[in-house]
This record gives sequence, structure tokens and C-alpha cells, in this order.
Amino acid sequence: MAYLKRPLGISAAVLLVLVLGLALVAPLLWQERADAVHPNEILLGPSSAHPVGTDLLGRDILARVLVATRLSVGLALLATAIGVGVGLLLGTAPTLLGRRVGRWITAVINIAVAFPTLLLALFFAVIFGVGAKGAVLAIGFATAPAFARLTQTLAATISGRDFIAAARVAGVGRMRILLRHVLPNIAEPLVVSATMAAGSALLAFASLSFLGLGVQAPGYDWGRLLGEGLAQIYIHPAGALAAGVAVIVAAMAFNLTGEAVARGLVMINPDKPRSALVGKAEPLPGGGLLHVENLRVSYGDVTPVRGVSLTVGAGEAVGIVGESGSGKSLTALAIAQLIESPGRVDADRIEFLGEDLRHGDHRKLLGTSLAMVFQDPMTSLNPTHKVGRQLAEVAREHQGATRRAAWRRAVDRLAAVRIPDAERRARQLPHEFSGGMRQRAMIGMGVMASPRLIIADEPTTALDVTVQRRVLELLADVRAAEGAALLFISHDVTVVGQVCDRVLVMYAGRVVEDLPTASLAGGALHPYTQALVSAVPSMTTDRDRPLAVIPGRPPDPHALPAGCAYAPRCPLATERCLDEDPTLTVHDDGRRVACWHAEAHLEGAAS
Amino acid sequence: MRFGVRRTGRLVLSVWVLVTAAFLMIHVLPGDPVRASLGPTAPLSLIEQRRAAMGLDDPLWLQYVHYLGHLVTGDLGVSMTSGLPVDEVISSRLGSTVEMALLAFAVAVLISVPLGTIMAVLARSNKNRDWALTSAGVVVATIPEFLMAVGLVFVFSVQLGWTPVAGRSGPSSYILPVLALAIGPAFMLARIIRVELLSVLQADYIRTARAKRLRPAAVYLRHALPNALTATLTVGGLLLGALVAGTVLIENIFAWPGLGGTIVQSILAKDYPTVQGVVLVYGAGVLLINLVVDVALAVLDPRSAIRES
Ligand code: SF4
Repeated sequence: MAYLKRPLGISAAVLLVLVLGLALVAPLLWQERADAVHPNEILLGPSSAHPVGTDLLGRDILARVLVATRLSVGLALLATAIGVGVGLLLGTAPTLLGRRVGRWITAVINIAVAFPTLLLALFFAVIFGVGAKGAVLAIGFATAPAFARLTQTLAATISGRDFIAAARVAGVGRMRILLRHVLPNIAEPLVVSATMAAGSALLAFASLSFLGLGVQAPGYDWGRLLGEGLAQIYIHPAGALAAGVAVIVAAMAFNLTGEAVARGLVMINPDKPRSALVGKAEPLPGGGLLHVENLRVSYGDVTPVRGVSLTVGAGEAVGIVGESGSGKSLTALAIAQLIESPGRVDADRIEFLGEDLRHGDHRKLLGTSLAMVFQDPMTSLNPTHKVGRQLAEVAREHQGATRRAAWRRAVDRLAAVRIPDAERRARQLPHEFSGGMRQRAMIGMGVMASPRLIIADEPTTALDVTVQRRVLELLADVRAAEGAALLFISHDVTVVGQVCDRVLVMYAGRVVEDLPTASLAGGALHPYTQALVSAVPSMTTDRDRPLAVIPGRPPDPHALPAGCAYAPRCPLATERCLDEDPTLTVHDDGRRVACWHAEAHLEGAAS
Repeated sequence: MRFGVRRTGRLVLSVWVLVTAAFLMIHVLPGDPVRASLGPTAPLSLIEQRRAAMGLDDPLWLQYVHYLGHLVTGDLGVSMTSGLPVDEVISSRLGSTVEMALLAFAVAVLISVPLGTIMAVLARSNKNRDWALTSAGVVVATIPEFLMAVGLVFVFSVQLGWTPVAGRSGPSSYILPVLALAIGPAFMLARIIRVELLSVLQADYIRTARAKRLRPAAVYLRHALPNALTATLTVGGLLLGALVAGTVLIENIFAWPGLGGTIVQSILAKDYPTVQGVVLVYGAGVLLINLVVDVALAVLDPRSAIRES
């Protein structure tokens, strides 16, 4: 019952206990008072003797409302029990009776659930007759289809499980499987729904009684009291209101308790992240299109990007490689100003085309000069807008183009990214495009204006190998044609090597090495870069030798080691590495490395 | 195309189930419907005569055939209390029910779309206000329409005297019934729109829209809202169905000259031909709503039609 510990759960449960308690004791305490007729105290307003006043026969309304709790709640529970019982029978019937009969039952249930409960209740009220008994049956049968459907859905998810299949193979009978394996596993959600259904049954019962089809005089439940009160609402509104409040409170007690439990069932306890270390990086020399210094991205206490500094020169192609979780994609998003709350971006400098992106609104600049290409082309286009319209939107928004001019430009750009029959394709929805074509459309969207920088975040990862190469070629062509720079994010060091001039290697939220692509093979200084490179099969790799995989896992961002983050996996790690975090040091040739033992390596290589 | 075929098949089956259920309704009742309707003191000869006139002495299958035959020609029988043809009774009252239901649905949509959007925007910016608004929404959405009606009557008719208590007279007589019907569903829809909008806002294509540097309003209204509304449509259809059922109560509270009054009176008077006719009309209304929603979904979001087949 842990899920009831939250404030909402507690108050709902307390309310429910109160309502149920009242249903038990109210008639014992106040029955006489509720039935006592006082011909000279008719329709009195609230007074100390009658807190809510009296009705047409001079009876105390408060007492009547309280006493009616038993009948109202009792009948509702009875109706719910019938509904759950019939629903369980109908819902499990397909499992028990086999395919053929089951199909028919399912079809009828599906049709029945399409009808509102109240209409079904009216229908059954005709069959079962007017009165309390008829209404109980009517509401019970009216709630049954929804329950049958729920049982079926839940049972279907359970039936697919291994243990059911095992039981079936073992020759266990259908009935036994149902009782021993299926029902116990779906009991919890069923009980929750039954609790909420009791709330709805209470309301439905009040409706029927209110219409005169439920409880008949001289009996009375809340629905009848409400109906009687409404007739007197001008002279004496308290009568109707008291019964109305009672119905709402009781119904809410059931609904909210059910909801609180239901929420408890799906609640996952997020354990609180611990603090992480935030390092400081060396500043960079100036010059170039994009300057980022000491960029940090944090979510609460976790800081997945910890002080990244980088520059991209005009027309340059820079790659960022790293494993998933290294912070490479967040770095890209942060530069593009696309991190959303609760994410937080800090930096000493983010400068693009001379504008400080950290402050102010740069919609126009970013909209025309920065293009983004995302990883999954299947989900990155709006499924309900025509592809052409999605491209044209850029020109409409930032270049003030007319609808027609924007559309023409969109078709032109689609043709430029080699989409055949661009005119017709522009009028299609994204799901009519293949994956590779959608990614080309995304690139086309990026070149609607004239971008100075294209940020491509794993643009080929979600695509087929054959399509990948063509998209990469297209990206290279577009870059050449536009003279744009490229920031290319990938986990694949080979791809980066093909596309980029320079590579930044990221590990645990930091840049650990920044080197020219040409130096990747054989010239990498950081042990992690070396491991990445040697994990890739090449023409010269001895096919008989197993591929080198990097042993171990990337560190948990909640608990980063005190020293070098790579130390637990690093073959060269020493005492110093465990204690002290290496800073990113700039070497003479402009290369940057963060490793205590890179120097030695460098000297060794130089001599 | 496959979608059209499947959907038509389901519609035909649904109509058949509805028509048959309405037929069986009268025949599975315990006792003799004619006796029940004429009362225990009715002379036997009258009962016999009525039974014969209604064909109740024929074998069940023959009655079913006759019933279907009459239905096709729009003949729903004759009211046992007023002696008027049931189809006339229905056509004189159907209009005001449909009018009220459509008005209420329109009001519910007009309230819920902006409200749901505001709730979603607040959820992303102001946690406290979001919590307050969402909780208030839960409470309001649980209040059933007839209690809402009582509350509205109390405040606006009794306390303030702004609107008439009952009946259909001028435009002002529409306010309370329509509001009573619309407020609950409006909050329910708003909650769903909020949830759908928040999940749509997580979608990759919203990030794309933001990467295009559209104005935030354009991102919300052009890219997020239409997709959220498509997802809301299914529930919207269910709510419209429930709203039709709600008119029964509301009409009885406000003495509205619609079918809701007719069905309750005829159930109480045991006027079974009328009950049967009205049940058919309500059922057909619900089926029609479901059909419209499914077709609208298939048009707005072609993927949903593919998903179904
Ligand atoms: S600093 Fe030490 S542990 Fe870290 S990469 Fe260099 S050698 Fe390995």
C-alpha cells in the first residue's frame, strides 16, 4: 500500500473510509430523525435544530442525506459487483470457449463499449423494470462491457507471456490456466478499475433515481433526494445542494482512491542523482566561425557536458566522436540553443558569426545560417504536414517569402538534394518517403537559406548501410556547394574520418583529444582515441585476430571518478591518473589532449 | 481502401446488433408488455385486441421479419399511450436534442482547446499553477452533468436571477443546459489535450520545428497542436457519445422538449413501442458519431487507417 502514502492517496483513502463508515452507522444513528414528519416545520431554512433545513413533510434534510448513504453506496457497490462479475465472465469467455465463439463475443463487446454507459443503463432499465432492483441490474449490465474489454486486454498481454505458453504446452486445462495463472496476474489493475467503476456506478445510480427510474418512494437515495430538492430549489435550495454534495464527495472518494492506486502502480521511483564534478578547461585561441568555451549542460545534479571548448573555422568540417552518453549530442544541441528545460546550459562563450548566443534572441541568424540534421529521419519530420510545406516554412518565416515563392524554393531544394520528381514529392506526407529520402529532405530543409554551419547529429545511424554512403556524399556536396562548415556528431570514428578535417574525441562529458583526421590512424595520443581507432576493422587488420573492443563501460555520470574519467578502463593508468584529473592541454601544433601520459607518448613519437 | 471496407463491415454489424437488441428488448421483458402498459385492471378483451394488433401472438421469427420490414420503411409502430405514430413523435422532438448536443459539444471544444494548450504551456513553465489548474480540472471533470446543472441553476437562476430555470424560450434559456452539458467534457478534453500536447512536444519533429527557429507560438499552434488534437479525437468521439447520453438528464432537469423527456416518460408509462424507437435513434446517433470520428481520423492522420488494418 506504499502508493497510498502520497497526500492525494491518503486523503482519498480517508474520505473513502469515512463514506463507507457512514454507510454503516448513519441509519443506526439518524433513521428516526430522518423519518420523523413534522407538519408544522415544512420547508424550513437552516437552523440549529435542522442544519440544512427541512423538506416538504418537515423532515430533517441532513439526517435524510446521511441515512441515504447506506442505500446509495450499497446499491452502487452491488451494481459494480454485478458489472465486474458479468464483465469477467464475458472477458474470459473467449479464452475458455475457444476461437469461434470468442470472436463473436469479442465483436459484440466491442460494439457495446462504443455506447455510453448511461444509454446502456436506460436500455437495461427497460428490460429489468423501474425500481431499485431493476436499476442495480441495469447499471451492472451497463458497466459489464467496459470490464469485459479491460479483462480481455489485460488477459491478452498476460497470455503472451512465457509461463502461460509453458503451462499450455504442459497440457494444463484452459480453466486452470485462467484461474491459476491469468486472473491472479491481472487482479491488481482490475481491482483499481473496479474501485473507479464504483464511483461511476454511484453517479449512474443517482442519475436513474433522479429521473425516477431507480429507487422508488418511500425509499430514498441521494438521486431521489436530489430530484425532490430540485423541485423546491427556489424556496429552499439547500435540499438539492446537500444531496448533490454528498454524491460528488462519495464519487470522488472512489475515483481518487482508484486513481491514486493506479498511479502508484505505474510510478517509478527516480533515485536522486548525486553531485558530479565540473571541471574547467583551457581557453582557446580565437579565430573562426563558432567559438565555444567551457560549455556545461546540466540536468539537476547531473552534468553530462562538463566544460567543452571548441572552435569551428569557416568551411571547416569538424567531427565529434564518442560513445553514447559521452555528451556529444548534448554539446551539439547546446550550441544550437535547443536544450529545453529542465536542462541548463552555461558557458563562458558561445559565439556564432560574431553574435553571442548566450543572451538575446537570435532566431533570424540561427534560422538562416545554422542548419540541423537529426538522427532519426523517420520521426524528425512532422507526420501531418506535407514535406514541401515543412521546407517552405523556413523561407516564409525568415525570408518573408510569399507562399508561392517559398513553395518554389522548397521544390528547388528537394531537387537539389536529389529527390526525383521533386514537384510531386513535395506534395506528399513524410510517411510516403523512404528513410534515406526523408534524411535528404531534412538536409534540403537545412539549405533553404544559406547556412554557414550544418550541425549533423548522427545523420546516418538510423539508415541502411547502402543509403548511409549516399547521404554522406550528399552532405559533402551540399557543404561544398554552400561553402558551409560542418559539425558532425557520430559514434563511428570511421565515418567521421571520411567526412571531417578535424576530430574531437569526447569522453564522459569532456573533450579528451582534438586532432586532425589525418593523425587518427597511428597518431592519436589519448589512450581512448587509440582504443576507438583500433576497435575498427581496417584493410590492414589481421582478419584472424579478434577485434579489439574497449573493455569496461563509460562511467556513471552520477558517480564520476576523482581522477581521469577513463582511468578505470585505461591500460596506461597510474596512481596519478586515479587522483588527479588531467586538463586539456594545447600543444604547439594546435592539437589538444587531456592525458597525463600523452606527453611521454608524444616525446616518444617525436624522438 | 481496405480501411473503408473494414469500417463498413463493422458499421453493418453494429447496426444489426443495435436493431436486434432493440427488438429483443421488448421480448425478453418478464411478463406481457401489453398487460404491463394497460395496467392490471384492463379487460382481457382489450389486451387480446392490442396483442393481435401488435402481432405479439405471431412466432418470434415472424415478428422479427415484420419488425425489420417496418423499420426499412421508417415505420416504428404506434405509441401505446398517445396513439400517435412513434416516428412522428420522434421527428417532432429529435431536433431540439440534436441542437443541444451539438451546441454543447461546440462549446466544450471552444473551451478545451485553449484551456488544454494553456495547461500544457504552464506545465512546462510554472509547476505550481499547473498543479492548481490540473487539480481543479480533475474536480470539475468528475462532476456529472446533472449535478452541474443543479449547481448552475442555483447560482444563475436562483441567486442571480439571470437565466430562466427551465423550458426552451429565448436564447438565454440555452445557456444553462448547454453549459451544464459542456463544462465537464470541456475539462476532460482539456486534460487530454494537455497530456497529448506535452507528449507531442517531446517529439523529434518538434525539435526540428524549433531548429527552424519558428516563433514559439508557431511551434505550438502549427506543429504541436494539430498532432495533439488528432490524438485527442478518439476520446473526443467518446465524449460526444457520452454527451448525447447526458442530454437525457439535462432535458429532464430543464424540461427541454427533446427525446430525453420522451424516453423517460415512455419508460415510466411502459409505452414500449416509443421506448424502442427512441433507443434506436440514440443508438444510431452514437454509431454515427463513431463513424464520423473514425473517418476524420483516417483523413487527418493516414497512418491511423494503416495501423488499423
Ligand atoms: S590520464 Fe591516465 S588514465 Fe587517463 S587516459 Fe591518460 S593514461 Fe589513461
